[in-house]
Amino acid sequence: MRAPGGPGMRRRRRAAAVALQALALGAVVVGLGVLVVLLFDVLRDGAGTLTWTFLDSFPSRRWQQAGFKAAIFGSVYLLVLVAVISFPLGVGAAVYLEEYARRSAMTRFVEINIANLAAVPSIVYGLLGLGVFVRTLGLGRSLLAGALTMSLLILPVIITAAREAIRAVPASIREGAYALGASRWQVVRHHVLPMALPGILTGTILALSRAIGETAPLIAIGALTYVAFVPESVFDPFTAMPIQIYNWVSRPQQGFHAIAASGILVLLVVMLGFNALAIVLRARMQRRSQW
Amino acid sequence: MSVLSEGLFRSQVGRSVLRSEAALRRALRRRLSESLIGAALYLCALVSVLTTAGIVATLASEAWRFFEQVALVEFWTGTQWTPLFANPRFGIWPLLTATLLIAAIAMAVALPLGLLAAIWLAEYAPGRWRAVIKPLLEVLAGIPTVVYGYFALLFVTPLLKQFLPGIIVFNALSAGLVMGFMILPMVASLSEDALLAVPRSLREGAYALGATQLEVVLRVVVPAALSGIVSAFILAFSRAVGETMIVTIAAGNLPNLSLNPLEAMQTMTAYIAQVSMGDVPHGTLEYRTLFAVGTALFVLTLVLNLLSRWLLDRFREVYD
Repeated sequence: MRAPGGPGMRRRRRAAAVALQALALGAVVVGLGVLVVLLFDVLRDGAGTLTWTFLDSFPSRRWQQAGFKAAIFGSVYLLVLVAVISFPLGVGAAVYLEEYARRSAMTRFVEINIANLAAVPSIVYGLLGLGVFVRTLGLGRSLLAGALTMSLLILPVIITAAREAIRAVPASIREGAYALGASRWQVVRHHVLPMALPGILTGTILALSRAIGETAPLIAIGALTYVAFVPESVFDPFTAMPIQIYNWVSRPQQGFHAIAASGILVLLVVMLGFNALAIVLRARMQRRSQW
Repeated sequence: MSVLSEGLFRSQVGRSVLRSEAALRRALRRRLSESLIGAALYLCALVSVLTTAGIVATLASEAWRFFEQVALVEFWTGTQWTPLFANPRFGIWPLLTATLLIAAIAMAVALPLGLLAAIWLAEYAPGRWRAVIKPLLEVLAGIPTVVYGYFALLFVTPLLKQFLPGIIVFNALSAGLVMGFMILPMVASLSEDALLAVPRSLREGAYALGATQLEVVLRVVVPAALSGIVSAFILAFSRAVGETMIVTIAAGNLPNLSLNPLEAMQTMTAYIAQVSMGDVPHGTLEYRTLFAVGTALFVLTLVLNLLSRWLLDRFREVYD
């Protein structure tokens, strides 16, 4: 009598096991392959037109003269405003939820609410911005309206990152400070926040890097695609890098496609810089966190 | 007690009363600033609730006015979406089918590749490789969607044209495929979390019974992590439904009730983007269509997100 699972079956089972491993590795290779092809494609299309004139010119009807200046300034101003608005709000909310709030139905509701907000499509935030900031508050299609909309979009990300960083501060630090008579705010201000800061900053930078690439909410609030000036106040109309890229991609002429690719290169380099900064901060934090 | 010592005693009491009064004032001031700070922090947390309330109120109020002019029945049963025509029709089906079709194409890419990548990361990857590959896959998720749109229109579509000569420049297939690669890291990362939550002892038990690694992965680990994996798929589907830029750039902006992925079509998100680009006057029916479609989109993604969360909570296996 032959035992079930003789040599033939054993070989088949082993071959199947190797096949799955190869298939799984293949999926990773395909994913990364697409990333490489995408980057190579953009580089090939856009490197030739990425010149100083391109960076230092305003948009134009002719692609040879069109440039990225208004978009770069728009994105930088937008980002500074978004950081100023969303950082204190996000950290404040995180401190409240971690250090102040009692476990109650209300806290639970706020937590579920934040998790759901993180999954709301970005264009819906655009509609919120259009209805509330552009129309109801009468800010028009201004830099400020764009920054407020974008801040609400990235707030859930900042809050979640800040909460994790605050939670990582050991309880013994707080207990030590309380034992010396510190008040709740003194504990937060002098002990919890300084220790959680690198983690909070890393999360904030990653959230801001997402904000630089976001296009849909700015389209919904009606950011302009043809802006031949650098905005001078927060109430001025503006354009941003992804909006300008979108505008150039959707034109039929190949020349505009090339400068769209140049714009993408600038955008990706800026995002890469942000991510590198976040990685450096994270590394420093890991070195310091030997308490 | 001598007069002298009594005087000394009195003055000490007096001084300590004075001192305790100052301490009391200080404590009161500290109490006040503490509660002011607490209130300010509470307001920060409240912003997130106000955001949700703002979204619901904005969408609902404009959508309400829309449905005063357009029958709900027409919106939900109509097969034509031509709000800008002289004789406008407001049937959402062309937008809805395009949205679901493109999201389904994206899932057809992201689901197998994402799950396989998760299996590799969780079960096969050597630690050093995992530390390098995982962040690289996350780069794929961090690429701005407008860049994916560029890639779909100017690289993938010309490539597809070589195999499918009948395909037109703006088509659902290219947008869906590229969107699949965009959400792949999300599927991989969330599925990996689910796989890693399965305890070692289950794997070791299966190995002890003579199972191969394939049998352990497919018959023990994946079934044990199934609720987490399905929840990840649903969340990724919701993400695909809400994606805007890839479809706006690459799928064409033509409301088209068709399931042929080689044709141009318009999703709900692409409609919102297209119309809001055109500077619609406030208070017109056209302006309100934005919010009617936005409401449908918001409800659809909300249901998917809640379903995903419920699955995770309801069917989570707790191992001790």
